[in-house]
Amino acid sequence: MAAAMMSVRGLSRDFRGFRAVDRVDLDIARDSVHALVGPNGAGKTTLFNLLTGFLTPTAGRVELDGRDITGLPPERIAGLGVARSFQITSLFPQLSAVEQVELALQGHSGRGMAFWRSRRTMRRYREPAMRVLEQVGLEDVAAVPGQELAYGRKRALELALALALHPRVLLLDEPTAGMGLEDIDRTVELIERVRRDRTVVMVEHNMSVVGRLADRVTVLTAGRVLVEGGYDEVRADPRVIDAYLGTGHAAR
Amino acid sequence: MRKSLRFLPLAAGLVVVAVLPRVLYPPVALDIVCWALFAVAVDLLLGYTGLLSFGHAAFWGTSAYTAGLVAEHTGAPFPLAVLAGAAAAAVLAVPVGYLSVRRTGIYFAMVTLAFAQLMYVVANQWRGLTGGENGLQDVPRTLFGTHPFGTDLSDPYYFYYWMLPLALLGFLAAWRIVHSPFGRVLVAIRDNPARARALGYPVHRYKLVAFVLSAALAGLAGGLFAMSHQFVTLDTLHWTTSGQAVVMVVLGGIGTLWGAPVAAAILVRLQDILSLAHFEEVGLLTGGVFVVVVLLFRRGIWGTVAALLRRWRIG
Repeated sequence: MAAAMMSVRGLSRDFRGFRAVDRVDLDIARDSVHALVGPNGAGKTTLFNLLTGFLTPTAGRVELDGRDITGLPPERIAGLGVARSFQITSLFPQLSAVEQVELALQGHSGRGMAFWRSRRTMRRYREPAMRVLEQVGLEDVAAVPGQELAYGRKRALELALALALHPRVLLLDEPTAGMGLEDIDRTVELIERVRRDRTVVMVEHNMSVVGRLADRVTVLTAGRVLVEGGYDEVRADPRVIDAYLGTGHAAR
Repeated sequence: MRKSLRFLPLAAGLVVVAVLPRVLYPPVALDIVCWALFAVAVDLLLGYTGLLSFGHAAFWGTSAYTAGLVAEHTGAPFPLAVLAGAAAAAVLAVPVGYLSVRRTGIYFAMVTLAFAQLMYVVANQWRGLTGGENGLQDVPRTLFGTHPFGTDLSDPYYFYYWMLPLALLGFLAAWRIVHSPFGRVLVAIRDNPARARALGYPVHRYKLVAFVLSAALAGLAGGLFAMSHQFVTLDTLHWTTSGQAVVMVVLGGIGTLWGAPVAAAILVRLQDILSLAHFEEVGLLTGGVFVVVVLLFRRGIWGTVAALLRRWRIG
């Protein structure tokens, strides 16, 4: 597939003899939303960590836009335009929301090394940081420290930090985990908006969210690709129903 | 109100360092300033980068020996000798840091301790250069001769005011580093290294730069210490020297920048009083104080006082 933004070949990862990801082949089409689904322990988050350099594969290869990125450290992969969010909210507790986005915007400039300059020079990022916060609806809590934000807001900030990198590929690990219906709707709308000119890969358990967003769905079980296809196709597949969704889900 | 209060510690600190050798025995005042700067260097790593170095004596001692040797063999004015010492400490910190910043927690502490012990053994064996157990004796102290502007440089009282600008430059550097974009990235790395990497920050490189900067400041302090005493002993490389600096940081309040100098002043003065009273077990007492503070005031002296002030201002 020539148009693949990210492609994975024969990717495996062992943890002390346990194979968490097993010879996975995957092509993520450019400007698509690609969902990874599967039961707990299927290897989705491990696969995410392999794609973003937080883990190195035991075997196999990861390509970004035709370039081999296997084994590169996370900060290099981030620098190539791959941003990720974390399943467990992962913020900086003491920094305010806007300061965290400033930090994200500064990431690739190399200005973070300036130990001789005043911190006030980071104000150059204040305006663009506020625009990112507006995008996710957090402009009213810009000055609130990360640890004091409500759960839904933390998840939104999580997304904002990834968006601030202006990534070509956005990897979202369960963006709606633990959210109420209202927050889920807002997040889906937000992803709809930010997916333009961008490739999105998401791990998601909520099948209605997957149905609304995903162009393509890959089902993983026990570290392997079970089925891949369009949402309706995958949902109707008897193997998927058997392994993951259960009969009750198909009937609904 | 808050803005003006922010400069209160700075103003108070400047007054204290200005009068210190008038209210205390000048050699004690010199020790306080040197140890305070050393402790601030350790706080830069422990408080703002989350790395507990148990081997900073390597940088303090290496700089002390370098400054002493430069002054002895070249007759260079003391600020140049001290800066040469700080530079030597920074150079040493590059390989030591490179090999240790990939470790965290107790492993980082152990690796840095191992390097410091190595430096101790080297200094002990290389008698021709370091004087071994005798150390370096009679290190000359000059600046435009021995009597700049009619002041006697061999008098600790006058020397204090000549070395103070260099020390203040060190404190200023530490303050600047903490309040720079770099300092903000360090705190981010300390609190959430995975997230910092995902934002594109090469975490190990940042830690290495922090390590080298901290070593340079520890070196600056060590060089000034050598010039203050006009001799250098193996004690400067001993592991208890590293430990003392860590104790000062914990006692003063980790990550407060102001706490370490306060604790340094208290501990150095306490040791002075105890030695005058011929009390030999100084370690026993400082250890006891340390245990009490860690158990009762986790935020250290500065953290506890700051919290009390905040409560008092709100209440």
